[in-house]
Amino acid sequence: MQTQPDGLIAELQAKNPKAFERIYDRYSESTFGVINSVLKDKHLAEEVLQDVFVKIWNNAESYNSSKGRFFTWVLNIARNAAIDKTRSKAYKNKQKNLKAEYFVDIIEEKNSFSNKIDAIGIQKYINVLKPYCKKIINLLYFQGFTQAEASEELEMPLGTLKTRNRNCMNKLREILTN
Amino acid sequence: MDLEQYISSGILELYVYGALTEEESIKVSTELKKHPEILKEVEEIEDALTQLSTAAAPYNPETLLKNIQQKITSNPTKVVEHPAKSKKNNVVLYISWAASIALLIGLISVINQRNELRENINAVSATNTKLEEQISNAKNDAEKTKQLLEVFRDKDIITVPLDGQQVAPEAYAAIHWNEKTNQVYVDAKELPTPPEGKEYQVWSLTLEPLTPTSIGLLSNFTEDENKIFILENANSSQAFGITLEPKGGSETPTMEQLYTLGVIKAS
Repeated sequence: MQTQPDGLIAELQAKNPKAFERIYDRYSESTFGVINSVLKDKHLAEEVLQDVFVKIWNNAESYNSSKGRFFTWVLNIARNAAIDKTRSKAYKNKQKNLKAEYFVDIIEEKNSFSNKIDAIGIQKYINVLKPYCKKIINLLYFQGFTQAEASEELEMPLGTLKTRNRNCMNKLREILTN
Repeated sequence: MDLEQYISSGILELYVYGALTEEESIKVSTELKKHPEILKEVEEIEDALTQLSTAAAPYNPETLLKNIQQKITSNPTKVVEHPAKSKKNNVVLYISWAASIALLIGLISVINQRNELRENINAVSATNTKLEEQISNAKNDAEKTKQLLEVFRDKDIITVPLDGQQVAPEAYAAIHWNEKTNQVYVDAKELPTPPEGKEYQVWSLTLEPLTPTSIGLLSNFTEDENKIFILENANSSQAFGITLEPKGGSETPTMEQLYTLGVIKAS
């Protein structure tokens, strides 16, 4: 398990190019996955990923650890940029398969995994997740819905959403550690 | 605080997602720094999500790093985006104000010019109307002259000179009568201007017995420039006379005021 690299983040904020490289190494692949799950298009995702890391470099000093996690800060930049892209002409011109829990399909169809993750575990067990888990994780994590928006979208009371999401995440963690 | 309950409430997952409000998020950040158990839980959640989304990446984008580094170094100005932004905003604000004022001044001057032009147009159009009237008058005059010329050239016209009588020996008039059309042209240029309240009346006369028939008045005598009056005469006249009568004319001629008289010569 990795802890938040606070020292590295401070160096990034001081515009250290080496620090940027290490931040990229650490966060780029998962960020790429988030963007790809929103856009469902590899080439557009490549474009957006580059824009996102340029933003991370330019706006690093606006990250404040007392407001939230660096992970979440990067996630927000990535989701916003990806969602912005879905409104672009380039995106609209490509007829998208708008299936809701696209991240599941991507993971299942994927052939090559980097050694950073337990690929076999994920691919084998991703479908063990309950359908509502896939929906909840898709909306709250990949699509960046707020609790209220997700609860409305799924017609699920806020309390239920919160506990179910907790259970789903526990299940996911179980899959990944086994 | 019951840490276990706090952790199992599911708030930390939402915190990592960024699904909490800013206030809630700041609160969790504070707790996180106080309690290593919470931090550990958050890091585990992050780890799981990192693996999940890494699995959803098309490939490891290591090769894209070079592109990004190029974009970053070729755009060094962006490094100081924040302070620059506020300055830029000020400049933009000044420019917008200046532009607004310039636009306003421009608008006012355009409105002034427009009003001036409109006045000019009004003046020109008044002059135009006047000119049109003059042209139309000139045309009418020309038309009339042409008509008269034709009258005098017409072989069917009988011309009768009317000589001055006792009250006005100097007076003279001529009548050009077209028997076919019954039109009578009275050339009254040599008649004196009638006094206020009086008008000339033209009579057709048959001799033996002397019977006068009025064929009309020379109305608006002073205003008529060429002093040629067109009247109708359907009588088989033998002579014409012009008398001065009260305005509106009389039933029978006032012989004491007979100005001119002429007899048609037997042809």
